[in-house]
Amino acid sequence: MFTAFLIKYAEIAIKGKNRHLFEDALIHQIKFALKKCEGKFLITKTQGRIYVEAQGEFDYEDTIGQLQHVFGIVGICPMIYVEDEGFDRLCETIVRYVGDVYPDRHKTFKVHCRRARKNYPKESMEVNADLGEVLLNAYPELSVDVHEPEILLNVEIREKIYIYSEVIPGPGGMPVGTGGKAMLLLSGGIDSPVAGYMIAKRGVKIDAVYFHAPPYTSERAKQKVEDLARLISKYTGPIYLHVINFTDIQLYIHEKCPHEELTIIMRRYMMRIAEHIADETECLGLVTGESIGQVASQTMGSLIATNEVCHLPVYRPLIGFDKEEIVTSAKRIGTFETSILPYEDCCTIFVAKHPVTKPNVNIIRRHEKNLDEKIEEMVKTALETDELIVVQ
Amino acid sequence: MEVYLDNSATTRVLPEVAELMTKIMCEDYGNPSSLHMKGVQAENYLRYAKETMAKLLKVNEKEIIFTSGGTESDNMALTGCAFAGSRRGKHIITTQIEHPAVLKTCAYLESEGFHVTYLPVNAWGQISLDDLRRAMTPETILVSIMYINNEIGSIQPIELAGAMIKQINPYTLFHVDAVQGFGKARIYPKRMGIDLLSVSGHKIHGPKGIGVLYIGEKVKIRPIIYGGGQQMNLRSGTDNVPGAAGMAKAAELLYHHYDSDIINLYQHKKYFMENVRRIEDVRINGLVPGKPDGEGTAPHIVSVSVPGVRSEVLLHALEDSGIYVSAGSACAARKPQPSATLKAIGVEKPLLESTIRFSFSVYTTKEELDYTLREMYDKIPMLRKYQRR
Repeated sequence: MFTAFLIKYAEIAIKGKNRHLFEDALIHQIKFALKKCEGKFLITKTQGRIYVEAQGEFDYEDTIGQLQHVFGIVGICPMIYVEDEGFDRLCETIVRYVGDVYPDRHKTFKVHCRRARKNYPKESMEVNADLGEVLLNAYPELSVDVHEPEILLNVEIREKIYIYSEVIPGPGGMPVGTGGKAMLLLSGGIDSPVAGYMIAKRGVKIDAVYFHAPPYTSERAKQKVEDLARLISKYTGPIYLHVINFTDIQLYIHEKCPHEELTIIMRRYMMRIAEHIADETECLGLVTGESIGQVASQTMGSLIATNEVCHLPVYRPLIGFDKEEIVTSAKRIGTFETSILPYEDCCTIFVAKHPVTKPNVNIIRRHEKNLDEKIEEMVKTALETDELIVVQ
Repeated sequence: MEVYLDNSATTRVLPEVAELMTKIMCEDYGNPSSLHMKGVQAENYLRYAKETMAKLLKVNEKEIIFTSGGTESDNMALTGCAFAGSRRGKHIITTQIEHPAVLKTCAYLESEGFHVTYLPVNAWGQISLDDLRRAMTPETILVSIMYINNEIGSIQPIELAGAMIKQINPYTLFHVDAVQGFGKARIYPKRMGIDLLSVSGHKIHGPKGIGVLYIGEKVKIRPIIYGGGQQMNLRSGTDNVPGAAGMAKAAELLYHHYDSDIINLYQHKKYFMENVRRIEDVRINGLVPGKPDGEGTAPHIVSVSVPGVRSEVLLHALEDSGIYVSAGSACAARKPQPSATLKAIGVEKPLLESTIRFSFSVYTTKEELDYTLREMYDKIPMLRKYQRR
């Protein structure tokens, strides 16, 4: 029965003179998301509101689902709209609306009218009172509560008249593209997809880099990362996924450096490579899924060691999260099931039994000198053979 | 060079088989249950398929049922016989190294009140007939034993087991999972005391999604799929005509040069094992003691443990050279837990994760084996150099 949606957005509304930029970005993202749905939609912006109107047949569930993936949307209100054909017709419409939407009507309600078209013959308060009376007559089991109604029946009088009462929560955040771009270090694990999601939610466009180590990691592990990127791209729009062959670098570190430091030194090179690609693609920061103390390479000491090789800021949105909290988020955004597929990623293949947890940066730097002979060439080769996959 | 040595997972469909199936799918696509000409035509293909399979197994064509593959055949044999025979007893005997299609079905039957005995195997993967004899009770309604193991290629003493079962209790049914065995050993159910036999199409250069269950005429069995009453009410569902005809064609071709092919396979296996042994510190699993050339084991399966290299890594390293093998078996390879078969024959823990399976087809050439060996000589020392320390 619903044929349109009112899109509620909160934070954008307070962005002062930039507001229209944010609204335009949101409309752009909504259009992009709805391209994946059956049906045609008209998206309009009037007086600080965004409306999505279906033009003919459309799939209701699917449309809601897509809108729930658009950052910046706080709520989605399914609406019906009618031409203004007099107050009596409006009364019929509202009675039918309540009858259809609420099969169980043992509820409290309140009518809330907004009269944007000021030449409408009745004032807002009058409309509230008259429609309330009509409803009470039609459904005696309803009762009025003006403070905390179970059903808040919104009636907006504009060129047309819009009626809505339900709010389906959106993901919140800000429209992707309003906050610049960042490079996500995407592994096959549970954390990094969630980290990417969280940064994207702040309006940031995401590109990603994955370190592939054949034959130690399989084609399926790479496919899994691509699948994860595809799942996040439902929220972020297309993701440019850079696949870097890391095997030679990893083996070289394994050969030349103390084993306990392998993971840290490896991560330092991953950061360097990721930053290099980030610089070339105009990213303004790196994003990782690290959380303090989760593993040896994520202690505060280790983070100093991996952080110091970068000039770009490294965003770690999960830094204070417990594993349980991350898992809950991963389940909510739909990446968990894919993340737990059992393919080894390149961080775990050579991991030492007792890796350093309090690395001394000076010692790490000194041991990295062991790599001087070939590492520059290897990094260059890795960057040159970057395989770019556009995931959408 | 592409070398496919994972023929126990599945095989390439032969061109003759694909041609026949294309003709059936595009031209003679009728439903055998239809009354018109198109239906009769299709029925003829189905008859050809049943006759062919019956002839090769030396059984009656009424005893051949087409299923969706080995797994369905195993499920139907076990579940169908267990429920049909539950009034006589609720005891089933099988082995610890069966395919999950049997083991998981047994677990289901246990949840339905049946008792299952899982026979152990010795170091080369064979059950002991004494164990089988001791496990038999008057309550035993079904014994299910695989012909050739899919992971290590051990062959069970099926004929002796069949004779023994019938001698102890003529009413106990004997099911044999011959998904790996069909085409690698001559199997004649009626001579071997076998009441039910599972065969799969895609392991013999036929199509996927088709299999056979031989059901001896005296066997009481219940269907597990209900519907339109096809295949004598035992297996409803529109007949998979292209699949059945394709499988029969593949089986027919297989039996053309059967004896020379098997001799070739054993020669290849012997040659391959001799040369694999040149790699320091490798072990070949499932060989009968005193028979290093592979006598008494399947002609097409070689299970090799390479200490110091994880199976998945070796698999991907060989893949890089175009060589396709399996870590354990394809059915178990996507799960992280180590293989139950390897455990059952007593392979020690570090080796469990360092074992790969090569499985040949009659179309495997010596050149392919030489190339594979060269790549192994080349890669294994390098892979061993970089280990977790």
